[in-house]
This record gives sequence, structure tokens and C-alpha cells, in this order.
Amino acid sequence: TVRCSSALTPELKSTLDKVVNSNKVVLFMKGTKDFPQCGFSNTVVQILKSQNVPFETINILENELLRQGLKEYSSWPTFPQLYIEGEFFGGCDITVEAYQNGQLQEVLEKAMCN
Amino acid sequence: MGVTKEKVESSLEAKLNPSHIEVVDTSGGCGASFVVEIVSEQFEGKRLLERHRMVNAALEEEMKEIHALSIKKAVTPEQWKQQQESNLSNSAA
Repeated sequence: TVRCSSALTPELKSTLDKVVNSNKVVLFMKGTKDFPQCGFSNTVVQILKSQNVPFETINILENELLRQGLKEYSSWPTFPQLYIEGEFFGGCDITVEAYQNGQLQEVLEKAMCN
Repeated sequence: MGVTKEKVESSLEAKLNPSHIEVVDTSGGCGASFVVEIVSEQFEGKRLLERHRMVNAALEEEMKEIHALSIKKAVTPEQWKQQQESNLSNSAA
């Protein structure tokens, strides 16, 4: 099937603007922080938990429109997608690397102090 | 028709002119899950997020059919050389 129309409607875009700014750390993932349904999502949840920062998770498996719209909103094709202070930080690989080299801690500390 | 490892390699080669590239099919043959290591001068001066965006953009067509793409490495030739050397000294130790 060919889909030409964009999933990211103006309404969805303004909703997403609010959601990513509703918490300092927002993770769009497969499953929830208590029941991750994918290894990549689980990895990012475990990293965030280890940082002792509050974070919100949103299950993209429950909403196909949200899932498609987010790919356009972030210009990022896969999940999980991590937002820090309203800004797209990265997916699983980027979060893992930033965690290992200390950059994630820096960004989170800065976010928590702002 | 699924995406092949060769197709992923040729798209990345055409767009990012890598000096080293390794694509591993981790799907068990169905062609929908890959791990990529890529070394390119075009990553010079770019943050990791931008580098990953470049890889994603180069695979825009393929991403429609790829279910999982892990970009394990996106480094410059300089960084690659350093990593190779430190790997060598680690394995020698």
C-alpha cells in the first residue's frame, strides 16, 4: 500500500510540542517503563533508571497515528526516542554511547538544574 | 522483496563515501534488521546525533522496510584509527 498523506497533522504536532515539554525527560517507547516490550526500549529505561531522574514514558504501541507522526516530528525512523528538555536527544544507540562517555549525565544534570 | 545487506551497503557507499563499512544482517535472513559500522570523512565536525541522522537519511528508502537498525559506530577515519590502535594494544596486553 502506498501512503502519501502525512501522519503529522498540525493538531498532532502541537500536541507533541506540549508532550515533549511536559516533563524534562520524556521517552517514547515500545511498552511502558514497568513493562518494556522491546530490548532497545528496555535498555534506555534501565539507563534512565540508573540516573535517578524522573522521566515519563509513552507507549507508542497503543497508538499507530502517534507512532507514525512521531517519526516525522523527530525526523527519526525508529523507537525508542528520548527527549530531554523538549529536544530530541536520540535513539537507543546514541543514548548508550552518551551514557558510556558521560555526556548523558551532563545533559541530564543541566536539565534538572534549569 | 526485503532489503538486502548489499542494498544497505551500496546506499551508504553512494551517499557517505565511507573508508570502511561493515553491515551485519541480524535478522536471520529476512532482511529487516541490521547492525552498521561506518567510517567516513563526512562525519568530521558533526555530533553523534547528526551523524546518525546522515546514516538514516542515506537509508531513507530502505528504512521503510527495515525493522531495526543499530548504528554501532559512526566515526571519522581519525577516530577509527585511534580505536583500532587501542583495540590492538588491549588485545596484546
